[in-house]
Amino acid sequence: MTPAHQAPESVLFGRLSLEAIPYHEPILLATFAVAALGGIGVFAAITYFRLWAWLWREWITSIDHKKIGIMYMILGLIMLLRGFADALMMRLQQAIAFGGAEGYLPPHHYDQIFTAHGVIMIFFVAMPFVTGLMNYLVPLQIGARDVAFPFLNNFSFWMTTAGAVLVMVSLFVGEFATTGWLAYPPLSGIYSSPGVGVDYYIWALQIAGVGTTLSGVNLIATIVKMRAPGMTMMRMPVFTWTALCSNVLIVASFPVLGATLALLSLDRYVGTNFFTNDLGGSAMMYVNLIWIWGHPEVYILILPAFGVFSEVVAAFCGKRLFGYASMVYATVVITILSYLVWLHHFFTMGSGASVNSFFGITTMIISIPTGAKIFNWLFTMYKGRIRFDLPMMWTVSFMITFTIGGMTGVLLAVPPADFVLHNSLFLIAHFHNVIIGGVLFGMFAGIYFWWPKAFGFRLDPFWGKVSFWCWTVGFYFAFMPLYVLGLMGVTRRMSKFDDPSLQIWFVIAAIGALMILGGIAAFLVQIFVSFMKREELKDETGDPWNARTLEWSTSSPPPPYNFAFTPIVHDLDAWWDMKRRGYIRPTEGFIPIHMPKNTGAGFVLAVIATIAGFALIWHIWWLAVAGFVALVATAIVHTFNYKRDFHIPASEVVETEDARTKLLAARA
Amino acid sequence: MSAAGASHEAHDAHGHDHHDPHDGTAYHGTMKHYLMGFVLSVILTGIPFWIIMGDVFRSQVTAAVVVMVFAVAQIFVHMVYFLHMNPRSEGGWNMLAAIFTIVIVVIALSGSMWVMSHLHHNMAPMPAGGHEMAPADTPVPVKPSHE
Amino acid sequence: MSASATADIAATDAAMQGPTPGRDFYVRGEHHPENGTLLGFWLYLMSDCLVFAVLFACYGVLGRNYAAGPSGADLFDLKLVAINTGFLLASSITYGFAMLEMQQNHKGTTLFWLFVTGCFGAAFLALELYEFWHLIHEGATPQRSAFLSSFFTLVGTHGLHVTFGCIWLVTLMVQVIKHGLIPANRRRLICLSMFWHFLDVVWIGVFTFVYLMGSLA
Repeated sequence: MTPAHQAPESVLFGRLSLEAIPYHEPILLATFAVAALGGIGVFAAITYFRLWAWLWREWITSIDHKKIGIMYMILGLIMLLRGFADALMMRLQQAIAFGGAEGYLPPHHYDQIFTAHGVIMIFFVAMPFVTGLMNYLVPLQIGARDVAFPFLNNFSFWMTTAGAVLVMVSLFVGEFATTGWLAYPPLSGIYSSPGVGVDYYIWALQIAGVGTTLSGVNLIATIVKMRAPGMTMMRMPVFTWTALCSNVLIVASFPVLGATLALLSLDRYVGTNFFTNDLGGSAMMYVNLIWIWGHPEVYILILPAFGVFSEVVAAFCGKRLFGYASMVYATVVITILSYLVWLHHFFTMGSGASVNSFFGITTMIISIPTGAKIFNWLFTMYKGRIRFDLPMMWTVSFMITFTIGGMTGVLLAVPPADFVLHNSLFLIAHFHNVIIGGVLFGMFAGIYFWWPKAFGFRLDPFWGKVSFWCWTVGFYFAFMPLYVLGLMGVTRRMSKFDDPSLQIWFVIAAIGALMILGGIAAFLVQIFVSFMKREELKDETGDPWNARTLEWSTSSPPPPYNFAFTPIVHDLDAWWDMKRRGYIRPTEGFIPIHMPKNTGAGFVLAVIATIAGFALIWHIWWLAVAGFVALVATAIVHTFNYKRDFHIPASEVVETEDARTKLLAARA
Repeated sequence: MSAAGASHEAHDAHGHDHHDPHDGTAYHGTMKHYLMGFVLSVILTGIPFWIIMGDVFRSQVTAAVVVMVFAVAQIFVHMVYFLHMNPRSEGGWNMLAAIFTIVIVVIALSGSMWVMSHLHHNMAPMPAGGHEMAPADTPVPVKPSHE
Repeated sequence: MSASATADIAATDAAMQGPTPGRDFYVRGEHHPENGTLLGFWLYLMSDCLVFAVLFACYGVLGRNYAAGPSGADLFDLKLVAINTGFLLASSITYGFAMLEMQQNHKGTTLFWLFVTGCFGAAFLALELYEFWHLIHEGATPQRSAFLSSFFTLVGTHGLHVTFGCIWLVTLMVQVIKHGLIPANRRRLICLSMFWHFLDVVWIGVFTFVYLMGSLA
């Protein structure tokens, strides 16, 4: 793509010039055309239906944790489409680029694709899905009306989105990094990567990272401070427990990522020598630091998924979760152990036998609490009345798939084995095995399970099952060949191959990717079909699955204030306990409810951050300085706003609650 | 650091919290407390400066260790007297968060130094004095990074 | 949690055995969860701790890589560092006085001590900038060696924090002048006090690990 760095830098535009637009790349041009047409279409539709004011009032400035949660999920879904398009392109390239054939992607483009795929899938798909689910559910599960810092929540979301926007902009203005998703120096240093790609990477992650860290602080404070009376720590739903641990990991690891990337940017922008080859720098230090963040990160993603499965298994087996306390302890132990294993990502860097053995052993130890969880789910199912609805199907599929992924992980934890398998497609197969089979399946289970809560109608089961089978079968087709290839010694990140005997495996993998494409398409169709049939699929009870935790005690979707009266918790599985003891819904005596007020400050700050990030990427120094000053000034101005809350009048509460009373009476 | 410990602390603390306003404006400093902290930290700062500036110890290792001990002591003093750390504030969560953070910081710091010293030790000697190499005029050829 | 709610639980927990028809399922009346600002801010500080941990780790690993350039023993002026440490310590105790005055609800004296604290902070920054200027003037720039890169970054990041502390201090003084010592402002003052004292703690690490131990050539 464009060697933008060779152009002289102007004062006004930095190194940004028309050269940066990749108009000579047909693939990108076509993508841009589609994106532009789609964008114009959406823009026109919003204008035509006069939705701008509604969008601003009800969504963009909303500090309602439920709406922010939904927006996170939408962000994750959109970015999933982008990240999966990258995956499909790679599979196609690798399936055809054999025996002298170059394929259709030049290496420089291919390198950007695998980098973007990794970055997008981890930071802008998995993270928003997980954060979105936690945002939506945690306050409802603990009987709170919102999170501890509602404005901060809105700000965090928009900062995450700002990072995603920068990654998307890199598609059409300039280029993305070609370094792989962790941008190891010296390859990501200024000598080897002088272009804007690594800078896009750095600033996208830096801006999104601020949002992630703050949302972690927010959710911890929420869980610690805002639990309903009677909900002791050991009466918290398992999902809330895993959310707590996941957010502890976020707060204690994302700063490490931020600081490490800051040092890399100092090397690139100022010419310091942290990770350079000369003057005493050490590129290995970067690898060491980035994995101190990187390993906890995988547990940040998987713990909430474990929480989802725990809730699903308990609800669909009609039993209390087996071994609640052991589940909690396992989660806490994983949280702490996840800081003791980071070196297993670079056994081959050469720390020697003593260091490698230590980290190999800690890695194997961490599989013990994870195994304990699998047994807990199995024992919950044992003698339960299992309803094989979609969430439960995803859970079973997860248990099988994740166990395979976990076992290959333990193989990789053995340092001598790792010396053979390191950097091979075996590793790729392993982490997709745990991230797709664990995190993504968990998110799908969660989406099907809580969709009726969020929107008031269930998802169509037929298309859900199509999606489920496409995903599950497609996953095995796509990744089992990679295990084989990895064992045969094929390394990752190659855009073409010589040995024609390998091709068949890549073709099978590509077929698997196409099946997954079918799974994603069926998922989208399912949402559309369910929306069209929403009257038929309506959930009026608020508790369509006969589930156990507090969020199911509210209407579907819950009112803005969640609970007209704060519930009092007497037992684990509070809602089940309430149902068992003959809970009667309050129908009178409503009082005004104190709620936080919407604000546009978070959105404005994120827009400024995006502009400042863009300016830093393109060396437009005046704009970067102006953006930074504007950022600080806006934040200060925002602190002068003391009127951040209001009361929902009792009449409005009465109206909302009476409507539900009538609905429930009509059903009875 | 067990979950049960956390929950107990959180639970017990409700008993102590009753006299505090719940709007987060409770503050427990006293003049005596602050002065005590100030005097202690002046002493704990003064002695290490004196040790190094006055070359008090012949052995540098001894000097380094003693200075470190003073730093740890002073950090402790600051946490107690200025940051008002105690097992009860915020229902024990402040203390728990601090202990957790200290554990992670110690792991990250000592782990990095351990790992990196081994890497350094195992590395093949670099030409021209390795790390103490003079600035190169031309960019160093780049080896592909491995993961 | 409110006292009445706690009483409710005690009552209902006692009657845990068997079905209890009168058992409370919800708080009648308004429920005020505890304010989470101070805890949240404390958690933010903990995350900031990790940022400094990375910088300290870098200094620990790279701090002896002088690349044939100057070492800490060649460069550091411990007298200057001692004075600077004094400024920071003094600012701690004056911030403490401000908090004590706030407790007594004395707006004027609170502002006075905040002002004094800000002056000490500014003096600290001025001296640190002078030190940096001096080093760069001597050719000991952040680009010179990995040791100097990690030195400037660690000390500079602390300085950047103090700078933001000062900006925040001024903002808060304006807010106290405008609105008085209302609960929101008290909370903010407590948060800033935690931030300020936290920077002291980091500085203890800096002067010990970087300056004092670095001077042991």
